[in-house]
Amino acid sequence: MPTTQELKDFSTQVRRDIVRMVHAVKSGHPGGSLGCNEFLTVLYQEVMDYSTDFSMDGEGEDLFFLSNGHISPAFYSVLSRSGFFPVEELVTFRKLNTRLQGHPTTHEGLPGIRMSAGSLGQGLSVAIGAAEAKKLNGDKHLIYSLHGDGELDEGQIWEAAMYAAGKKIDRLIATVDYNKKQIDGSTDDVMPLGNVKAKFEAFGWIVLEIEKGNDIESIISGLNKAKSLTGNGKPVCILLHTEMGNGIDFMMHTHAWHGKAPNDEQLASALAQNPETLGDY
Amino acid sequence: MKKYTYTEKKDTRSGFGAGLAELGRTNENVVALCADLVGSLKMDEFIKENPERFFQVGIAEANMMGIAAGLTIGGKIPFTGTFANFSTGRVYDQIRQSIAYSFKNVKICASHAGLTLGEDGATHQTLEDIGLMKMLPGMVVINPCDYNQTKAATIAIADYEGPVYLRFGRPAVPVFTPKDQKFEIGKAIKFTEGNDVTIVATGHLVWEALQAAEQLETQGIKAEVINIHTIKPLDEVAILKSVSKTKCIVTAEEHNILGGLGESVARTLTLNNPVPQEFVAVNDKFGESGTPAQLMEKYNLNDKAIIKAVKKVIERK
Repeated sequence: MPTTQELKDFSTQVRRDIVRMVHAVKSGHPGGSLGCNEFLTVLYQEVMDYSTDFSMDGEGEDLFFLSNGHISPAFYSVLSRSGFFPVEELVTFRKLNTRLQGHPTTHEGLPGIRMSAGSLGQGLSVAIGAAEAKKLNGDKHLIYSLHGDGELDEGQIWEAAMYAAGKKIDRLIATVDYNKKQIDGSTDDVMPLGNVKAKFEAFGWIVLEIEKGNDIESIISGLNKAKSLTGNGKPVCILLHTEMGNGIDFMMHTHAWHGKAPNDEQLASALAQNPETLGDY
Repeated sequence: MKKYTYTEKKDTRSGFGAGLAELGRTNENVVALCADLVGSLKMDEFIKENPERFFQVGIAEANMMGIAAGLTIGGKIPFTGTFANFSTGRVYDQIRQSIAYSFKNVKICASHAGLTLGEDGATHQTLEDIGLMKMLPGMVVINPCDYNQTKAATIAIADYEGPVYLRFGRPAVPVFTPKDQKFEIGKAIKFTEGNDVTIVATGHLVWEALQAAEQLETQGIKAEVINIHTIKPLDEVAILKSVSKTKCIVTAEEHNILGGLGESVARTLTLNNPVPQEFVAVNDKFGESGTPAQLMEKYNLNDKAIIKAVKKVIERK
């Protein structure tokens, strides 16, 4: 198991990757990517049981489904630095003929990706399907999924939430990136989510909160708690309280960096705040 | 000309149900999902025999498509069941992203296609589904012509790796294809030989085309009736071979004139051998309540409409 410092170093490098990838093509979504960086780092470096010798069926492995596909820079960085494909390939992000499409897809055969995501609200259903298949196959490994909080506006999420509880999909841990921001502003202004915890609980889920969603140790203990609650007849939801743009001062406390790339000066500032750890791609 | 008869009429959805039940016994990876329409889709036998392989999702078609996509990841072959309208237009983006773009091995099985579900009216009818589905890259689109062909198609698509849209219907229609006829995806079936006109039909309009051909023969017109059960990929070779002889073609389908079989055929002809074509299809309209026979009469989808189109297309040669 990596040490906390090693995980921090990993996430610092992912942070550098995210801003460099987005800066290079002047497009992409740094805000949510930075907000979920530590979560994905812990998931792939500490928590999940998987093989980098990728097979689509993932039998005998934990599976992860990214539903908010726009945070692809974080996902690609973590996948490559976890050994799914060469780190050098990050330079192709969003460029013609790349396997690293703007939003993740199985279409280009990138190892580590099991579904296309981008159009929001679909990943929870797919995760449930994968969980049902594992149940039929007698495979007790877990299914993880990640969703934006703005994504909860989509009706399909609640169709899936009803199914997961009603049909006892209890090896599923669905995490909501609860940064309370979406493209047009705060979730309170755009579409008030109300009491998200109470909503999931009313649907029949177990809900945990990770109050410090960018803190490595909090994420580890939160995910371990979630794992301990699986297999008891109910799906588990984690409300991951994150800061959009985390780790880069001018990208925090605003929704402005949801889908905007930094310019040269801003990139230099962002990188200065996050010195190289594992080596840039 | 070879004459076709039938001994009974059966609904094509029951052909699907029978095919699914057989798959339940022969292929352990086949699973089924339904959005609260088990009886209408004739899925009862599969469910009774394989309760653990059936997923009732309630009236939540979007979720059903996503769950189906997820099931493929664990090596399952999911067959989803609901009405054609709710299998396509209602969930287009879910199919597009989670199934087609992701190239998941999902079989989207759609009953109550076209107008002939009848009295429920246009909210439950769909005349756009073939167009919607054939425009998705990689999607196979199949519309069998009778009970036996629907059963055979259901069984055949389990062996094909990739997304498939299988379209069938509610009304009882003549059963006229052999019980044991193997279904080959993308392979047209020639029912009659003729030199004067090619009639290419899909779904239960194949029977109407055969009726039309018999009547035309008494008037000295020899029609070559071809069953295109697979609209995509289209058997272009069979169509081009026939029109090279007949020099004109009529297409017949229970679908909008826009986006259906007729348009696919027109494209093939335009690129290869432009000959006059007439369309028997619904002329860019929504359906309405009525009995299947009344609707086929009003919307010009029967043997009479085909005969009229044949005469017109021959004049244009």
